[in-house]
Amino acid sequence: MNDNPVLRIVAKIIIPMILIFGLYVQFHGDFGPGGGFQAGVIFATGFILYGLVFGTDALRSAIPAPILRIVIAGGLLLYVGVGVATLLMGSDFLAYNVLGSTPSGGQHLGIFLVELGVGVTVSAVMITVFLGFAGRNDP
Amino acid sequence: MLIEFVNIAILALLAVTALAAIRLHDLFAVAMMFGIYSLLASVMFVVLDAIDVAFTEAAVGVGISTVLMLGTIGLVGRHEQKPAHRPLLPILVVTITGAALVYGTLDMPLFMDPAAPAQQHVAPYYLNESPEQIGIPNVVTSILASYRGYDTLGELAVIFTAGIGVLGILGLRRRKRPGHEGTSE
Repeated sequence: MNDNPVLRIVAKIIIPMILIFGLYVQFHGDFGPGGGFQAGVIFATGFILYGLVFGTDALRSAIPAPILRIVIAGGLLLYVGVGVATLLMGSDFLAYNVLGSTPSGGQHLGIFLVELGVGVTVSAVMITVFLGFAGRNDP
Repeated sequence: MLIEFVNIAILALLAVTALAAIRLHDLFAVAMMFGIYSLLASVMFVVLDAIDVAFTEAAVGVGISTVLMLGTIGLVGRHEQKPAHRPLLPILVVTITGAALVYGTLDMPLFMDPAAPAQQHVAPYYLNESPEQIGIPNVVTSILASYRGYDTLGELAVIFTAGIGVLGILGLRRRKRPGHEGTSE
């Protein structure tokens, strides 16, 4: 598919839009539909489209494998880290009230960080699974 | 009246798509049918006012899983092999299971029944208290990320494990030189 100019140009136009929309769903999940899981999948879709049109080798050089692995673990660690932080601040595991000066502010910060962890891990796992399947029959 | 028409139309299209997926033997077309099926299911979730679920279904069911099925078809070839067995026993099992499931739904509360257990348990508490306790407009996000934060942590651990499993089985890096040790397949 690499040499089809229509595909390449359309992909170059819509991939940034997909990524921006993924970020919007991630950070607007408190106010509208969406959240970390959907945002992670949408964000990964942008990279997967890049891999489909430009080849999995181009995708691999865009996101090297060691970075993907670190990101997969990093999201889960961020989630658990929020829980450990609330424990250390003298509250229960994942009770976000202590994170901010007001309970509501703490909840906002906690939900933001936790959703970020979900989004980061989900999108890295989706890209990894795609590379695992699609990268095997390359010439 | 309109909503009934929409429901019947979507359910009929779902049935048609499922039957088409069974009848077709070209796996590429079957993957497309599954994508259409997921899209119709997400429309159904929108009609049921479950916007967040519809969002997930549209992103995962239509997007990611179709791509993964196409990737698998690229590995195994796009034509279905002749089945080795006659389909009578599977049809019997599926019919009995389906009939049991339909029989089970007869005892379920009606859709939007205010007396249903799901509406009586913790749902009123979440809906009434979350503006005060959490302070964000989307109740679904408050429940998923705060009230039920443990469950979401468990789900994230499941996704993490799935990713690690795929990494372990399929590997992230393709081996460049076939014929050397470790490439026996």
